[in-house]
Amino acid sequence: MLQVSRLNVFYGKSQALRDVSLKVNEKEIVALVGVNGAGKTTLLNTISGLLRPASGSVEFLGKRIDRLAPHKIMNLGICQIPEGRKLFSDMTVGDNLEMGAYSSAAWKRRKETLERVYKVFPVLKERRNQSAKKLSGGERQMVAIGRGLMSNPGLCMFDEPSYGLAPKLFLEVLEVVKQLREQGITILLVEQNVRNTLQIADRAYVLENGHIVLEGKGKDLLQNERVKTAYLGM
Amino acid sequence: MNITRLFTTHRKLLLMGFLILLIAFVLTFPLYGGARTRVLITMLVYAILAMSWAMFSGTTGYMSLAPAAFFGTGIYTTYLLQNHLPLPIIIVAAGLISFVLAVLLGLVTLRLKGIYFTIFTFGLVVFIPNVVTYVEGEVTQHHGWYFNVLDRTIILYTMLGLAVVTVLAIYLIRRSRLGLAMQSIGGNEEAAEHMGIDTTRTKVLTFAISAIFMGAAGAVLAPSLSYSNPTIAYSAFYSFVPIVAAVFGGMGSLQGPIVGGLLFGFLEKTLKVEWNTYFMLGFGIIIVLVILFLPTGMVGLVPILRDKLGGAISKWRKGREGEQHANT
Amino acid sequence: MAEAERLLGLITIGILAGGVYGLLAVGLSLQIGVCRVLNITHGEFLMLGGILTFTFSQLGINPLLAPVIVGPILFGLGFLLQATLFRGVKARVPSPSAFEGNALLAAFGVMYVIQYLARIRFGTQSLPSQYLTQPVPYVGINLAVNLIVGFAIAAALGIAVYLFLTRSRVGKAIRATAEDPPTAELMGVNTNTILAVCFGLGGLLAAVAGTLVSMRTPVSTAMGFNNTVIALIVVTLGGLGSVPGSFIAGIIIGIVSMLVAGLWESVLIVPVYYAMLMVLLLVRPTGILGKK
Repeated sequence: MLQVSRLNVFYGKSQALRDVSLKVNEKEIVALVGVNGAGKTTLLNTISGLLRPASGSVEFLGKRIDRLAPHKIMNLGICQIPEGRKLFSDMTVGDNLEMGAYSSAAWKRRKETLERVYKVFPVLKERRNQSAKKLSGGERQMVAIGRGLMSNPGLCMFDEPSYGLAPKLFLEVLEVVKQLREQGITILLVEQNVRNTLQIADRAYVLENGHIVLEGKGKDLLQNERVKTAYLGM
Repeated sequence: MNITRLFTTHRKLLLMGFLILLIAFVLTFPLYGGARTRVLITMLVYAILAMSWAMFSGTTGYMSLAPAAFFGTGIYTTYLLQNHLPLPIIIVAAGLISFVLAVLLGLVTLRLKGIYFTIFTFGLVVFIPNVVTYVEGEVTQHHGWYFNVLDRTIILYTMLGLAVVTVLAIYLIRRSRLGLAMQSIGGNEEAAEHMGIDTTRTKVLTFAISAIFMGAAGAVLAPSLSYSNPTIAYSAFYSFVPIVAAVFGGMGSLQGPIVGGLLFGFLEKTLKVEWNTYFMLGFGIIIVLVILFLPTGMVGLVPILRDKLGGAISKWRKGREGEQHANT
Repeated sequence: MAEAERLLGLITIGILAGGVYGLLAVGLSLQIGVCRVLNITHGEFLMLGGILTFTFSQLGINPLLAPVIVGPILFGLGFLLQATLFRGVKARVPSPSAFEGNALLAAFGVMYVIQYLARIRFGTQSLPSQYLTQPVPYVGINLAVNLIVGFAIAAALGIAVYLFLTRSRVGKAIRATAEDPPTAELMGVNTNTILAVCFGLGGLLAAVAGTLVSMRTPVSTAMGFNNTVIALIVVTLGGLGSVPGSFIAGIIIGIVSMLVAGLWESVLIVPVYYAMLMVLLLVRPTGILGKK
């Protein structure tokens, strides 16, 4: 479904991604793990079109998207769920969710999509007229996810959903992720919380200093010595 | 003999020769200057305004639109004091009054975000002339200001002296601790604060120092005007031209605003009188083009040109060497 | 008693005139708050709106219908300015923090271009553009019909803009872009288009304000600058990005200007605005209804 090939990305003169290649198949949960500053968000922003790669390509459903503007990429069915703090804090919860359905195809169906999102996160229905800045960390994450779902995406890219969440809440988020996959949405999950993430991932990549250093099945990587020492503290 | 080498080896000699020529020109100017004295005075005025504006706004990134307010205040100071005090003291007084005015304005607005500062300095240019008009009408019943006219040559040399003082002062400030603090504010104000720099004090102080030269320039110019009034003296044009001149020359450097100020002063005095409307139209177009295509100013262009020129010269030289090899 | 009536009259005129200031300020507030351009040309758009209204009225078009033509023309001009000039300035600034300053300078350039092109075409004289000057008696004074109609149109447009920003799809995208452009892009918003729409909308509101002003006073090509100053003061007073704040501030400015002119001296109007602004910003650095 998504094919990233030999991607090189720079910030000014410093290189953030080096020859990164990865693949996400339909209805998979693929994880991309690594420490802060490894280049995970950079990769997502490049796929979304916020950053331009110096070389390499990104293909989605067989079409090159690495030269498209962000809003065009979004319209193809890719959504990025930025970490929970990136809500529009001057707007209500309901308006934030509606912004997710901004693309014209999704806008027409926003009422029914909204009901579906409220079914996943009932608490958001109660809070729909509240200002987004008054929410707790968990609620913010729910709004961020719900806002992403409002575009009826085929591929959903999560950026660090554990950010600012208690461990228990993060496990709930991962449950939601699994549910979404059952509904047919493909998932690319970017995380620092390696153990829990690898447990639910079909396949995973490990990113270090802008390089992919390991890839494999999620469960296999949990047993990998390098992963164990570097990320699981064993 | 090759020209680039002449420049590098005899640079000091050339500079000295250039300076001597310049001084000779300035000293002999009254002999053949005549009507051109006026042009030269205006050029110096804009150079001073542009330099002092760039000293504050160019380094800190806070856009001040106030030059006209301080410049006009300088003119007004001369008008008020001309029958009571000698000119040198009036010039100092004008500088001090502008300094105080800038401190007051800075204390109120420089704590705010940049955009509010800009709006306020802009308002000052409209505020002061209105107040002055009111005071003149109510209190003194005078309409318009008449000046005891001085010989233009004297004004030219005084203005030149002021310009030299301004250059020296700005040069010294840029190299001082204050200059360093200003630069770090321009880079990242929060970081500067964390480094222990009192940012508000630095901003207010440099803003006020830059106002001294603007006020003094107004005071020196006044006796060449014979007539003025609040609307003319505080014309917003005196804010815009120096800013554009500084940006055009390159506001990050010391020489950029001087070059820009001299150039725009010359253009204004030679073109504006006859071609007012079209001059202003062209002025607007030039601003837009400069911002679009030369956002770092003429000074920013120099390294680019030098690179290109240097590259071309060495290429040409290599080509010639190649030819010579082929010949032998 | 007569004194109290006179006061009431002045305040009423101030409120009615202030609605137009509010309308003008809403446009500028959008341009500063969303596009981050301190648009010094705003008053020139008002001037063009007024002059064009007068020109069309010479051709037999009713000034009340003029906004239908003038509005879209100046919307287009604003749209183009943002889509070409300010977008270009943003792409070329040496550092992102330099954008506001460079955009302001570019706006200066545009201000002179608009002003002097208008001078070449329309001259500098005052043009008798008044319309609907019939008096309506009111507590001892006469209010002109144009004053009442002007306020009604300004208020209606203000409410329309408010609803547009809070309810419509594009309006929400404008608010999202104002707050966080990259995240808005991730929602599928083409922020370049949104910024241009926003700037165009600002131009349209200034144009309509120009029509309304032209019904009350003669217009001239030199009227822009003062209106820019007024709009800046109203925006600062009302707080950036607040439609109701702009209108409240506009009405306050309207009342103050009538009182100062009626009871004191009209040359002091701007100094009084300025003093008010100084005091307000010392107490509340974000304006009456400003955020954060």
